Amino acid sequence: MSLHVDAGTPRRAPVPPPRRNARRGPGRTLLSWLDLKAAPYLLISPYYLLFLLFGIFPLAFTLWYSLYDYDLAGTVTWTGLGNYTALLTDSAFWNAVVNTLGMFAIATVPQILLALLLANALNKRIRGRLFVRLGVLLPLVTSVVAVAVVFTQLYGRDWGLVNWILGSVGVDPIDWKAERLPSWLAISTMIDWRWTGYNAIIFLAAMQTIPKDLYEAAAIDGASRRRQFWQITIPMLRPTMIFVVLNSTIGGLTLFAEPTTFYGGNVHGGSNSQFQTVSMFIVEQGFREFDYGYAAGAAWLLFLMILIGSLINFLLIRRIGGNK
Amino acid sequence: MIYNSRRGRMLAAAAATALALGVTAACSSGDDGGSSAGGSSSAGPVTIKVQTFGGGKNFGYKEAIDKWNASHTDIKIQEDHLTDQFEQVYWPQMIQWLQSGSGAGDVVGIDEGGMGLAKAHPEWWADLGDLGLKNRQADFAPWKWDGGIATDGKLFGLGTDLGGMSLCYRRDLFEKAGLPADRDEVGKLWPTWDDFIKVGQEFQSKVKDTKFVDGTNTLYNVVLVQEAAKNGGVSYFDKSNTLIVDKNPAVKTAYDFSVKISQAGLTAKLRNFTDEWKTGMKKSQFATLGCPSWMLGAVSGDDAAGPEFKGKWDVAAVPGGGGNWGGSWLAVPKQSKHPKEAAQVLDYLTGKEAEVSVFTYSGNMPSNVQAQQDPAVQSATNEYFNNAPVGDIFAKSAATLQPVYLGVKHAQVKNAVESVISALDDGSVPYAQAWQKLVDDAVKAAG
Repeated sequence: MSLHVDAGTPRRAPVPPPRRNARRGPGRTLLSWLDLKAAPYLLISPYYLLFLLFGIFPLAFTLWYSLYDYDLAGTVTWTGLGNYTALLTDSAFWNAVVNTLGMFAIATVPQILLALLLANALNKRIRGRLFVRLGVLLPLVTSVVAVAVVFTQLYGRDWGLVNWILGSVGVDPIDWKAERLPSWLAISTMIDWRWTGYNAIIFLAAMQTIPKDLYEAAAIDGASRRRQFWQITIPMLRPTMIFVVLNSTIGGLTLFAEPTTFYGGNVHGGSNSQFQTVSMFIVEQGFREFDYGYAAGAAWLLFLMILIGSLINFLLIRRIGGNK
Repeated sequence: MIYNSRRGRMLAAAAATALALGVTAACSSGDDGGSSAGGSSSAGPVTIKVQTFGGGKNFGYKEAIDKWNASHTDIKIQEDHLTDQFEQVYWPQMIQWLQSGSGAGDVVGIDEGGMGLAKAHPEWWADLGDLGLKNRQADFAPWKWDGGIATDGKLFGLGTDLGGMSLCYRRDLFEKAGLPADRDEVGKLWPTWDDFIKVGQEFQSKVKDTKFVDGTNTLYNVVLVQEAAKNGGVSYFDKSNTLIVDKNPAVKTAYDFSVKISQAGLTAKLRNFTDEWKTGMKKSQFATLGCPSWMLGAVSGDDAAGPEFKGKWDVAAVPGGGGNWGGSWLAVPKQSKHPKEAAQVLDYLTGKEAEVSVFTYSGNMPSNVQAQQDPAVQSATNEYFNNAPVGDIFAKSAATLQPVYLGVKHAQVKNAVESVISALDDGSVPYAQAWQKLVDDAVKAAG
């Protein structure tokens, strides 16, 4: 891919030395220094300043207060690592971790496989290609809360469409909010409905950069369509796959809006916290029980969880098609 | 790349401008949501912002406020109804405002569940005694008056309403089950909660597609407040704010009743105040409901049972005698820029005239004794509830109320406990483990 980058344009002639050098005072030199050396930094500075303000500072602040027993409406006392040791033995925290990982697995694996298949189908020459490609992105346009509200009604125990359909084939009504696995499934479908199309479009874009001659050569060698998909498309998608999987990991582990809306805005996540995620646990501790320090500690553990999860996924995905 | 110095400078200037804009925007955003800062410098009417919560007609102030605004030019009242939910949304937000010193209104409503915490933070509140409201003591029952006194002895809040207790039931469904439908006879069916379950079983044997009660949460609260009044007037915390959830027989009795009615299969397994619960009223999923005075508005509201069921609901005496669930206070945060005007508004809204209109407009029972005794309240009937004499029913129960002490962390513990009460009903926590979980979760929430 990098064969033709430098080949095209001939080198430009060197810039002639400035002629009126003598007239320049020290002010001019400073200006030109600013121009050449400082301007690039100035140009990128808005992002970094905002990132410092809204990214690094809250992170550091959270870390600092995770070392305190910080009651929002009460006292602030130093506890060192007390919040962390308490969290690691808190069954409610681990329940939230299990829920988060469970929903992540149930939602993400089918979502990425489905997105791949969808992208592959959209990559073919079909009628109304543009229309269909735009169509898969549509769910992304709707607001998360709107999606969650509609799906919550579909999964209603007494009057939901899903139970009605299941009932017509003789399945007993399922209490989607009271039973753990059904609640995970219900929430996973909300996530997949919204994000599958998005990932498919990213895969599609990556697929279109794969050189056609690879497929032609494979076809001449007698490789079937299926074999072309697994031996050419998937390995060539590896960088994109890493991006999509990391993105899904971060999104999946910070899941909040869908399960919260599923229980009417209550961050307890079901009567028995059947689908309370770590993010919901953080909000419950910090803003319902007013235990800021504990919530801050949980937030840092979530951050570590995402780092570790991303690393594992990165290592796994890097192996795709990497056997040569 | 050829360096174009002119374009570079322009870009640098643009970037610097964007940066400056970004920083100013970041600095100024903190002012949003501040209370009535306007009006203090220039002449003209002072606007007093009253922050409330609750479903249906919430605090019921609409008519009283319209009347005030029509006759006052110097002080205008602006009601800011923030949310339906007190514990989950309103109170956490309010505490952040009070703690940070900006954001709260000039007059704020506080539910009984938040009063323990509010009392423990005198620094949040303006002193209503200094603002001339000490003389209002005669308007309130002693417990309601004492509820508004902070731990340092400062008067910071005056009562606006109280719950009282009754039982709402569906006349048409009772007739269908062959039970009496007249409210006096219905009240006689269930002197005790055991009788109530027996009536429920009889009802359930005749009517299959409607459950007898909504779920466990509503009646758990009803039984809890009744029993708490009999057990020294404490529920989750004793008066020194020690958690007594595992020692207080009132909690155990209310819990046992929840298990019993759930095991008897009389519940529709709906958690109160959820969307499913409201839909349940529209679909006739349950036939009775524990009803403090404010619950009447929650039933008749368009998002709950609504006009379709007008006249089909009625109000009867509650098993186990009276009780009080709910009721709110009004307070003036110290951060208010117009404490004097705010106190005048608070005085008006908790006064007799306004409180009578609160009752006739929304059905919330006034905690103002003068208003309770007003003929307009005493003789009031509720058209939606088959013209039940609600004024008589609730005013009578208000007179005999036994106050219940609610601790500093009552709201948090209540949240945790009620999730378990709901979980034992929907089957996600087995009955055998529910009590232990209830105690454990309460300890965690109180810690």
